[in-house]
Amino acid sequence: MNALIVKRFYMNNWFFVRWVLGLAAFMMLLADASGAAANAWAPLAKDDLHDPKGPGITLLQEPSEGLGTLPRDKVGNMVNWVQAVSKGVISPLRVQNPSMGNLPPMQEPEIMMDKKGSMNMVLFPHKVHTMWLECSNCHPAIFETKVGASNIMMEKILNGEQCGLCHGAVAFPPTDCNRCHSVPHGSQNAKPAGKAARP
Amino acid sequence: MCIIKRWLIALALGMALLAPAAHAEYGDVVLNKIAEKNGMRPVIFPHWFHRLRFTCGNCHNENGFKMKAGSNNVNMGEIIDGKFCGMCHNNQIAWGPERCDMCHSGKPGLSGGILRGNETLGPGSM
Ligand code: HEC
Ligand code: HEC
Ligand code: HEC
Ligand code: HEC
Ligand code: HEC
Ligand code: HEC
Repeated sequence: MNALIVKRFYMNNWFFVRWVLGLAAFMMLLADASGAAANAWAPLAKDDLHDPKGPGITLLQEPSEGLGTLPRDKVGNMVNWVQAVSKGVISPLRVQNPSMGNLPPMQEPEIMMDKKGSMNMVLFPHKVHTMWLECSNCHPAIFETKVGASNIMMEKILNGEQCGLCHGAVAFPPTDCNRCHSVPHGSQNAKPAGKAARP
Repeated sequence: MCIIKRWLIALALGMALLAPAAHAEYGDVVLNKIAEKNGMRPVIFPHWFHRLRFTCGNCHNENGFKMKAGSNNVNMGEIIDGKFCGMCHNNQIAWGPERCDMCHSGKPGLSGGILRGNETLGPGSM
């Protein structure tokens, strides 16, 4: 599909796209509510993956048990993983390289991205990512270490590339638009595209 | 033209969001390249359980798992040798490879991979 058309479609129709997503999410809620429990996390025996007749089912931890006490979110694992770490509820370790310390090296600068579309600007927080990831998880395979050089596009993200490699599989999904598109044009925090200090 | 496009997108999104086995926990990966062929249940890997304890880089590094479901050729020999799941499931960091049922817990007949929230969401899928 022609990338330019797609791009323009998003620029012009993001409101509509969000509306459709909202509707679809609502339909999913309805479909879910007709199921057995209104629980956020499906029991393993009913998750369509685990074998309810297998011996593992009684040994494994239920997601509701493991995740229930963490800061809540409405999407993905229903957990705000950033807050889970920043509030000290969990502190995921980097066991494989004990000599290098428990945490990957931090990269501080946040990066402001501004396609001048109808969406809010994107603020990419390096620091949040380096709490979880090594530089080599992103550089140089997915992103250049030069601001603006990676040609990041929403179409690719929705397609599971770039930010969408993780956001949509393990990190919060791309339906949560404003968590990335977090800085309104003309707001107090708005800066020109490029490296930004903490807003 | 534009109306048709909108309808197509609406339809695709609606179907996409309703279709998947929506109950699997977000981030769960099925590994079943060789398990079932060799008489074992498919392996279910829960990202949520592991990321409570570990950063991503523990597993996703040169010596570990490539960040693409299905792209790693994992087998029991390597696990027992301390590679892949065996980096930790070695009776030191976590329980060892003898606890078959913990990993081989999937329903028979599952195909390998991860249920991506975005796989079917975008225009790229059309
Ligand atoms: C989650 C992915 C991710 C991780 C992990 C990550 N980066 Fe980045 N980095 C980015 C993105 C996205 C950009 C912006 C690229 C663009 O605008 O084209 C960037 C830009 C940069 C830049 C150029 C901007 C600047 O600040 O000068 C440098 C340098 C950089 N990264 C270094 C690092 C280092 C060092 C680490 C590890 C401590 C790291 N990055 C970890 C995604 C990441
Ligand atoms: C290699 C995996 C990976 C990539 C690539 C990636 N992220 Fe993330 N991102 C994460 C993880 C893990 C978190 C922690 C939150 C979670 O898991 O839901 C996160 C969190 C965030 C947050 C939340 C910050 C907060 O304070 O709540 C934002 C915003 C974000 N990412 C934006 C981006 C953008 C924009 C890109 C692309 C330029 C990107 N990410 C690429 C893994 C990734
Ligand atoms: C994981 C982070 C993330 C999420 C979630 C996200 N976006 Fe984006 N989006 C980006 C990034 C990064 C860009 C490129 C920004 C730039 O270079 O200025 C972008 C660009 C865009 C653009 C500009 C045109 C284009 O194709 O690049 C539009 C429109 C857009 N996004 C809409 C949305 C909508 C609608 C949603 C929610 C359904 C959404 N985005 C969710 C990160 C995200
Ligand atoms: C830590 C998790 C884990 C444990 C414990 C485990 N396995 Fe596996 N096993 C795997 C993974 C991952 C694969 C590769 C799955 C695939 O891609 O099909 C696998 C593959 C296999 C295969 C396919 C052929 C081969 O040689 O790899 C057999 C047979 C098997 N396991 C038997 C067992 C038995 C028997 C036990 C208990 C003694 C066991 N496994 C314990 C994770 C585990
Ligand atoms: C305990 C090990 C482990 C940890 C920790 C881990 N992963 Fe994974 N990850 C895996 C395995 C195993 C796979 C599947 C590999 C396969 O199927 O070959 C995978 C696959 C993936 C994929 C590929 C999804 C796809 O669509 O193909 C992404 C993206 C990913 N992980 C991101 C992350 C992020 C982000 C984190 C940290 C928040 C993380 N992982 C933490 C083991 C881990
Ligand atoms: C970075 C270390 C690490 C790696 C790599 C790893 N695990 Fe684990 N895993 C753990 C730890 C620690 C536990 C918790 C052990 C305990 O409770 O004593 C665990 C627990 C589990 C559980 C049980 C979850 C529950 O509900 O109790 C399963 C299933 C599992 N791992 C599967 C796998 C599979 C499959 C792989 C490879 C694809 C893998 N793990 C790779 C560290 C790891």
